[in-house]
Amino acid sequence: MSRDRFERALLKVLKPLVIAFLVLITAFPFLYMVMLSVRDIQELILDPGSIWPSAFTLDTYVNVLTKQGFLTFLRNSAIVAVASVAVTLLISIPGAYAVARLRFFGRRQVHFLFLAVYLFPAIVLAIPLFVLFTMIGLRGSLIGLILVYIAQTVPVTVYMLRNYFETVPRSVEEAAAIDGCTRLSTIWRVVLPLSKPALMATGLYAFMIAWNEFLFALLFLVESRESWTVSLGLSQLAGSIEIPTTVLMAGSVVLTLPIVIVFFAGERLLTEGLTAGAEKG
Amino acid sequence: MTSRVKSPRTLKEQEARAGLVLISPTLIITLVVVVLPLLWAIMLAFQDARLINIRRVGIFGHYTLENFTYVMSEPGFWTSLVNTLVYTVAGTALSIVIGLVTALALRDRFRGRTLVRASILIPYVAPVVAVTFLWETMLNPQYGIVNTWLAEPIAFLTQARGEFLGIEVPVALLTVIAFEAWRYFPFAFLFILARLQALPAELDEAAVVDGATPTQRFRYVIMPQLWRIIALLSVLRFVFTFTKFDDVYLLTGGGAGTEVVSVRVYNFLTSRDDIGASAAQAIVLAIFLVVFLAVYLRFFAGGEREQG
Repeated sequence: MSRDRFERALLKVLKPLVIAFLVLITAFPFLYMVMLSVRDIQELILDPGSIWPSAFTLDTYVNVLTKQGFLTFLRNSAIVAVASVAVTLLISIPGAYAVARLRFFGRRQVHFLFLAVYLFPAIVLAIPLFVLFTMIGLRGSLIGLILVYIAQTVPVTVYMLRNYFETVPRSVEEAAAIDGCTRLSTIWRVVLPLSKPALMATGLYAFMIAWNEFLFALLFLVESRESWTVSLGLSQLAGSIEIPTTVLMAGSVVLTLPIVIVFFAGERLLTEGLTAGAEKG
Repeated sequence: MTSRVKSPRTLKEQEARAGLVLISPTLIITLVVVVLPLLWAIMLAFQDARLINIRRVGIFGHYTLENFTYVMSEPGFWTSLVNTLVYTVAGTALSIVIGLVTALALRDRFRGRTLVRASILIPYVAPVVAVTFLWETMLNPQYGIVNTWLAEPIAFLTQARGEFLGIEVPVALLTVIAFEAWRYFPFAFLFILARLQALPAELDEAAVVDGATPTQRFRYVIMPQLWRIIALLSVLRFVFTFTKFDDVYLLTGGGAGTEVVSVRVYNFLTSRDDIGASAAQAIVLAIFLVVFLAVYLRFFAGGEREQG
C-alpha cells in the first residue's frame, strides 16, 4: 500500500474518532450537569456512577430559585447584562463611527490606546476600583458593576464596530447626505440598519461579558447578598455544606442556559449578510 | 443658521469637531474607569496603603519601594510566578493544539457538523462559575463521576503531588491546566477554522495533483498559511491566561500548589487588607507579562520574516 493510501485510510478512521472524542468531552459534562440537577442528593451519594437518574424531580429547581434566592440573582444579572449592553452600544456606536469615518486629531492614537487598555490585566484595575468604590459608597451597588463592565467592553466593541462600519459603502452614506440627512440621521437611518449583524455581535459580546463576569462581582458585591449576580451567588453557595450538590447543579443550569440560548440564537443572525443589494451598479 | 454665520467653519473643521464629540463618551468612560485607576494603582504600589488609612494616603503622600521588596521577599511569591508561567505556557499551547486538531477535523462538511460545532463551543460560552463547579463536582473524590471510573479515587483539585507511572507529578496544577485547555480550545478552534476556510483551494488541489500525501499537504501547504493566526492566538491566549484569576480561584482557591500571582493579589487585598502590597504585586505581574511578551515577539517576529 502506498503512503498516500495508507494515510488516507488512517485519517478516515481517525477523523470520526477525534470528532466523537471532542463531542464526548464537551457535551458529556453538560449532559451530566442537567442529569444531576433533576435527582435527589441521596441518589447521588448512594450511586455516584449512574448517569441516568432513577427518579426525576424538579424540587431542586424550586429550592434553588426560591429558597436559595436565585430568582433575585437572576433579576440582578438580567439588569446588569441588559444595562451593560444598552449603554455599551450607545457609547460605542458613535465612537466607532467617528474612528471609522471622520478625520480628527488623535484618531489613530485612540485606536491604539483601546487595544492597550484591553490587554491590561483586570486584576491591576481591580485594586484601585475596589478602593474607589469603597470610598464613594458604590461598592455593593449594581451601578458600579455596570460601569466597570461598560469600560471593559467598550474598547473591544468600538474596534469590532469600526471594522464593520468601514465595510459600509461610502456612496450609500453620500446618497443619504444628498437626500438631506444630517450626520446623526445618516448613522441612524443608513449605517445602523446596514450593520445589524455587527450590532448583534457586539451586543452579544457585551452580554456575555456582563453575564459571565466573576472577579468584579466578587470584589464589589460579596457583602450585600441581595445584589448578588447568578455567577456570584452560585460561587458563594458552592462552598456551603448545607445546600445539596444537586440543588446547586440546578443553579448551574439556571446560570448556563440563558447565555447558551442567547449565544446560539444570536450566532444564527450573525451569518445573514445584510449589505447584499444595498448598492447596485 | 445664525451660528454658521458667526463662525464659518470649513468642512474639515466640522468633521474634526464631530469626530471628537462622537468619540468623547468612549474616551471619558475609559479614562475614568480604566486609565485613571491604572495610574492610581501604580501610585498605590509605592505607598503604604491599607483600607483603614486609605483616606490619609494622598497624591503627595510618602512614596517608598518597601511594598516591592516586601512582596518579592515574601515566601511563595516566586513559586507563584513560576506556577503562573507553567500554567500559562501549558494552557496556551494545549488549547491551541487541540483547537488546531478540532479545526482540521471539522474542516470538511459532514452530516451533523453544525451540532458538533455547537457542542464544541459550549465550554467557552458557558459561565466560568458554572463550569468550574461542574468540574469540581465531577472530580470530587467522594461522589465525583470521574472517580467512579478509576480504580483508586484521586483528589484532582486538592492534592499538590501525586505519582503517575512512578513519576511524581503536580496533580492539581495539571488539572487546572487541563481545565484551561478544555475551556479555551474552542476559542482557538474558531480562529483557526475561519482561517482554514478562507484558504484558497487551488494550492491544496495542486499539491494533490503533485502526489502529496495528507500529512505532507498539512506540513507544507496548510501549516505555512496558518502560522500567522497561530502566532496571534498564542499572544492573545498568553496575555489572557497570564493574568487570569477566575479559573484558578474557583477551582482550587490557589491551594495545592496552584497559586498564581493574580490569586495572590486577590488574597493580599481581601484577607490582609494590604492595598499597597497587592498593587505592587499586580504591577510586578504586569511587568513580567510585558517582558515575556517582548521576548516572545522578538523571537517570533524574526521567525516570521524567515517564512516571508
